[in-house]
Amino acid sequence: MTSDTPGMRRFRCRHRVGRGVVSTVLALVALSLALPTVVGGEESPIEFDQISNMFEPVSVPAQRIRELAELVIAICAGIFLVVGVLLTYVIIRFRARPGDEKREPPQVYGSNNLEAAWTIIPVIIVVVLFLATARTINEVELKEPMEGALEVTVVGHRWWWEFEYPEYGIITANELHIPVSTPERPWPTFLWLESQDVVHSFWVPRLAGKTDVVPNRRNTLWIDTAEPGMYLGQCAEYCGTQHAHMLLRVYVHSEEDFDAWVKAQQAPEVVDASVADGRNLFQRTACINCHTLDGTVADGTYGPSLSHLMSRKTIGAGAAFNNAENLRKWVQDPALFKPGVRMPDMKLTSEEVDQLVAYLVTLK
Amino acid sequence: MTVIDGGLVQPADSPKQSTWLWLHEWATTVDHKKLGLMYISSGLLFFVIAGLEASMMRIQLALPNNDFVGPETFNRLMTVHGTTMVFFVGMPVFFGFGNYLVPLMIGARDLAFPRLNAFGFWLFLFGGLLFYFSWLGGDGLYGMGTAPDVGWFAYSPLTAPAFAPGNSTDYWILGIMIAGFGSTGTALNFVATILCMRCPGMTFMKMPLFVWLMLVNGFLVLVALTPLTAAQVMLLFDRFLGSHFFDTQAGGDAVLWQHFFWVFGHPEVYILIIPAFAIASEITPVFSRKPIFGYEIMVAATVGIGFISLGVWAHHMFTVGLSSGVNTFFAASTMAIAVPTGIKIFNWLGTMWGGRIRFEMPMLWVTAFLFEFVIAGLTGVMLAVVPFDWQLSDSYFVVAHFHFVLIGGLLYNIFAGIYYWFPKATGKMLSKKWGHWHFWVFVFGFNLTFGTMHFQGLLGMPRRIYTFDPGRGWDMLNLITSIGVIFQVLGVLFFVWNVVSSLAWGEDADDDPWDGWTLEWSTTSPPPAYNFETIPTVRSRRPLWDLKHPEDPDWHHE
Repeated sequence: MTSDTPGMRRFRCRHRVGRGVVSTVLALVALSLALPTVVGGEESPIEFDQISNMFEPVSVPAQRIRELAELVIAICAGIFLVVGVLLTYVIIRFRARPGDEKREPPQVYGSNNLEAAWTIIPVIIVVVLFLATARTINEVELKEPMEGALEVTVVGHRWWWEFEYPEYGIITANELHIPVSTPERPWPTFLWLESQDVVHSFWVPRLAGKTDVVPNRRNTLWIDTAEPGMYLGQCAEYCGTQHAHMLLRVYVHSEEDFDAWVKAQQAPEVVDASVADGRNLFQRTACINCHTLDGTVADGTYGPSLSHLMSRKTIGAGAAFNNAENLRKWVQDPALFKPGVRMPDMKLTSEEVDQLVAYLVTLK
Repeated sequence: MTVIDGGLVQPADSPKQSTWLWLHEWATTVDHKKLGLMYISSGLLFFVIAGLEASMMRIQLALPNNDFVGPETFNRLMTVHGTTMVFFVGMPVFFGFGNYLVPLMIGARDLAFPRLNAFGFWLFLFGGLLFYFSWLGGDGLYGMGTAPDVGWFAYSPLTAPAFAPGNSTDYWILGIMIAGFGSTGTALNFVATILCMRCPGMTFMKMPLFVWLMLVNGFLVLVALTPLTAAQVMLLFDRFLGSHFFDTQAGGDAVLWQHFFWVFGHPEVYILIIPAFAIASEITPVFSRKPIFGYEIMVAATVGIGFISLGVWAHHMFTVGLSSGVNTFFAASTMAIAVPTGIKIFNWLGTMWGGRIRFEMPMLWVTAFLFEFVIAGLTGVMLAVVPFDWQLSDSYFVVAHFHFVLIGGLLYNIFAGIYYWFPKATGKMLSKKWGHWHFWVFVFGFNLTFGTMHFQGLLGMPRRIYTFDPGRGWDMLNLITSIGVIFQVLGVLFFVWNVVSSLAWGEDADDDPWDGWTLEWSTTSPPPAYNFETIPTVRSRRPLWDLKHPEDPDWHHE
């Protein structure tokens, strides 16, 4: 496997220790638990190189949430400590001892002062928490795009993601490519969230909190990150059979890399004469009813666009890595990687599948 | 052989009794105690079934890319598990305790409407059976699916005909709706009984806290269940009569269903947890040998929780894109509910403080409940912090949170209540030895499973996924979570064995084995059909304390 972008593989060793107890502990837990399993066996269709730890944020909304979360966790830990110590003390100090059976302790019915104290103190804590919450809500929740943002329309489908860049005329699937946003060139990404069918939820923990993707509504989410790399996420609202295989991969590129990606996506199809059989086959079968492929007659919108298919890392919204071998398995029996998937088995002969896959792998 | 003799059922210990007679007696009874026991035992039966469903899900999720069950089966398991635990375990067990104890505690001979009570029970049971029949009958005419797979809150438009063909979703709607009719009747019954049938001397402020909490809960059921039934009727209209309330393909509104569901769903959480508070509020004083600390503020806190719980529902919807104003309001109301809940915790602590705490089985469970519930409450506060919720919502963190509420909160107290009142209901003591096995093994397993789950959530694992890939930091955590289930299953087995063996060979119980203070301990174990030979008269909240300590009765102090 090669890295798509410079710096992509650096993340595992870039935990910034010292920026917070919570994140350090979580990172250690995650790392130690992940170590035995990073070497995926052959039987596993896909392996991942990243832990979606919300306490390792790389984007402004996720950072704001982490700052607030650390305050909340600190307060809650303090309360737990106080109550836990009190409870433990009570259990040890006031447990009945042999000989106590016949003696009743002093009967105390209550204390107005104490009860007032444990009403007022929680009220004060709640007010503090509420003010901090209200501030962060206003900082993060944004309904209209900010100045100079890259706008992308995200459409949730059962069970894959469609990304549309109106500015560039690009439509792609399952892998969102966005530019970095630096102090020299602020370039945030603003997402319009729409659904084709049921409720989904767009969640990439290291970039932003989740927002549901609701049919007949247009929700919003924004990302503003200065760190190139690949960030994993997945659908977070139960949406039916293959809710588990509706993964998100967000690629954050440097400015030049992003421009290059846009150019590559905009480039017309390169017709390779050696795979003409496969191309003809594709255009003759029902593939074209559901898939779009620029430069061919295929203009279906029910399934993901196949334009520049081989620029994507995975197929089936993260169900398997995208390579000739897996494409072959996928076309032959889509339910192999993803039982319940909407794509039918097209009943092609083995020879036809070979032709088709030979064509598909030329779609760079 | 006649069964009915002058309108009276043959006493249970009649030598002429056969199995058939015994069954007939239970099936036709309108006695609140028999119905209470039937509620609790059928609730526990559903608990075992839903627990097995959970175990199957945890086997599937023990290892990455496991294929113990496929996605369709997993989604059905998770839907049926959630629905069962909420509607056919939590609700009936709460009704069971209320049924059995409310008349005994207020010195009445039965609930206000005994026949309505029996009707409510049978509606619940048949609602549950109808729901489970979907595993066999959900195919319907379309040949699609068996049990429902829409999740226990059945978010629209997953329930629209386009996405849920076949009849499985209809079984979900009708099973819950029918049980809901029964619940409404029973709640009405509780309210009427508590308002009208208290024994002489028992003013509102002299009722045991248990009865107060059941009263608040009765009102909550009446207010909260109706929107759910209304929404379910609308959904049936959508599915069968061509309306489009929730059918987004025809312009319906998915978020409307969410509002309807959570207007019911959040009070429902309190409907489930208030009975747990009720049990803890009876057990803590008796085993600490002190009256409940701050009775009046406990009542006020309960009523407060009842009211506020009706105005917090949208905290289940912080991620659906509501406006900042709405999100801020619901954050405030949700945090506000932490205050009365905190008061309760501190008052239980105050009750234990300075006492001579006897750690019998009921008190052990209540003490463990206090620990788990503090954790549940604090993770609840974290979820009320809207931006944090944008990360945590629909992740395993939420799953951990509400299992701490429903197991650490509700189930621990159900166990506590069973250990406490079992001698009263059966005349037998539960074994302490098996009780300790049950307690320690189950508590260990519970914390292993659900304590761990918080971390999957923080590491980005969404709930309701049937499988996951290795290398995302979840592998070991999921394995630990699944191992915890083994201990919980063992714990429940110890409990079942304890109940069975104690019923068969257990030590006989006195009328008042715990040296209790409320009226149920003044009658025989088990109580006769008429409860009390003469209707008692009370002068304080602890009538039996007054009886046992004539030199210093409570009514000198209250």
